[in-house]
Amino acid sequence: MRLIGANARRTPGDADTRRTVEAIARGSYGRLIAYLSARTRDVAAAEDALSDALIAALATWPRDGVPRNPQAWLLTAARNRLADHARHIKVQTLALPELEMLSEETDDGVLSDSIPDERLKLLFVCAHPAIDADIHTPLMLQAVLGLDAVAIARAFLVSPQTMSQRLVRAKRKIRDAGIAFEVPERDELPQRLDAVLNAIYAAYGNGWEGAGVDPLARGLTAEAIWLARVLIALMPEAEARGLLSLMLHCEARRDARRDAQGRYIPLSAQDPQRWNIDLLAEAERELSDAASAGKMGRFQLEAAIQSVHAEHARTGVTHWPAIAAFYQELLVVSPSLGARVAHAAAVAEVHGASHGMELLNGIDPASVLGYQPFWAVRAHLLTQLHDVPAAKAAYDCAIALAEDDAVRQFLMACRPE
Amino acid sequence: MQYALLIYENPAGFARRDPPGDNEFVGAWRAYYKAVVEAGIYVDGGNPLLEPGTATTVRVQSGKRSVQDGPYANTKEQLGGFMLIEVPTLDMALDWAARCPAASYGAVEVRPLAPVMHQRIVRPDVQESG
Repeated sequence: MRLIGANARRTPGDADTRRTVEAIARGSYGRLIAYLSARTRDVAAAEDALSDALIAALATWPRDGVPRNPQAWLLTAARNRLADHARHIKVQTLALPELEMLSEETDDGVLSDSIPDERLKLLFVCAHPAIDADIHTPLMLQAVLGLDAVAIARAFLVSPQTMSQRLVRAKRKIRDAGIAFEVPERDELPQRLDAVLNAIYAAYGNGWEGAGVDPLARGLTAEAIWLARVLIALMPEAEARGLLSLMLHCEARRDARRDAQGRYIPLSAQDPQRWNIDLLAEAERELSDAASAGKMGRFQLEAAIQSVHAEHARTGVTHWPAIAAFYQELLVVSPSLGARVAHAAAVAEVHGASHGMELLNGIDPASVLGYQPFWAVRAHLLTQLHDVPAAKAAYDCAIALAEDDAVRQFLMACRPE
Repeated sequence: MQYALLIYENPAGFARRDPPGDNEFVGAWRAYYKAVVEAGIYVDGGNPLLEPGTATTVRVQSGKRSVQDGPYANTKEQLGGFMLIEVPTLDMALDWAARCPAASYGAVEVRPLAPVMHQRIVRPDVQESG
């Protein structure tokens, strides 16, 4: 967390207090930012104010002791900082009533026990259609989890300056364009929730791709799962649980994707003993809770596919017909190139390589030129069909397009001589 | 907050205004205008604009005036008018923009009005009413 790092440098002093502040900040950062910004619409100002409040805590708590209600203490300090700031810049008249309301609420002692959780509204603001979709995930990571721009930039492979500027611009738009801190109405909800889910999944996908390449990137998978848990606690929609289930399934198999030498192991060759049983159990619970709502969607289907793979740990076999059927359904609900290629691979397992090839050949060649999984599946199927020259050519494409060195090494070993 | 709804139309959109008149088109705009006024969000000052062919663009560069026949940007969709509304949030402004007839045949850009930077200037010979 950004604030903690900054604080640690400023006060080398009381280690216990610093740990206490860190723990409180980690647990309530997003809650406090959401509460403050939902009332002022100014995420950046809320972040600055909370940062100052945390620094003040580090200075005063060792002397005066940790307050009975640390969250309320931080909130009051941050609110005072916001009010000072507003007076300084002679804030637009618009913000003054909101600040007064904030003061009344915090002074009334209404908040002494618990601060209303406005993180759901904040998540919907971060993924608002008026905000460029590319910045949805970074906004969530920063505003809800307190990740700093440097860490986000590293995960998204852009320079810290670029990421910082884009975050500043997005927060300015949230403030100046008057984006509402509201949970969308029923009729808008499915579409708006999709945007939130996609943004959370993007944080996960980022870490997943980076697995084994950059140990630092791995951190974002935990952040994505945390965001999904926050969302589900506030809005237990079926698709949100489906997303959490999907990510937990992938997470459960993370360690099994590499051998001791760091070599890539494809799913079919993984040792189920190395899968994390606790995560798998939680993934299954989430998926069955989701399914009980009877609203099947993209993330539940993807989780269901992973669930079938996970069955392997128990039964020793992979039920490919079920996987092929789920991909078929996924193609109806949420068609994508990835789903078409995966469907072809599953059909090949059920009906033979030639049936899989037929499906691959039905995909527009222009769309797969740079799509690595297509070439990897094609190479695999052509090898099974004993078409060695074509298989070699497909492996060459798959190897050239691989971004992960472990995957590249694996494919080079598969390529027929 | 006050928002401007900037209405962009293509040539076909502009053509629908011409007499003898497209009753469906005129009816849609009339109904929309009425709904905005009745919702209590209408702010005085908006208007439709004549077609881009009537536009003249002026620049002064190094003290020299250059006048160009036509609109500022030569694009397919042109500014066709603007409307001002006052609603609490962008989301509500977007709802009203979506209801605007032009959203279905052109595009509606929603922009918050900037706070006024200067004192309102009142001509001494004109008494402000109200």
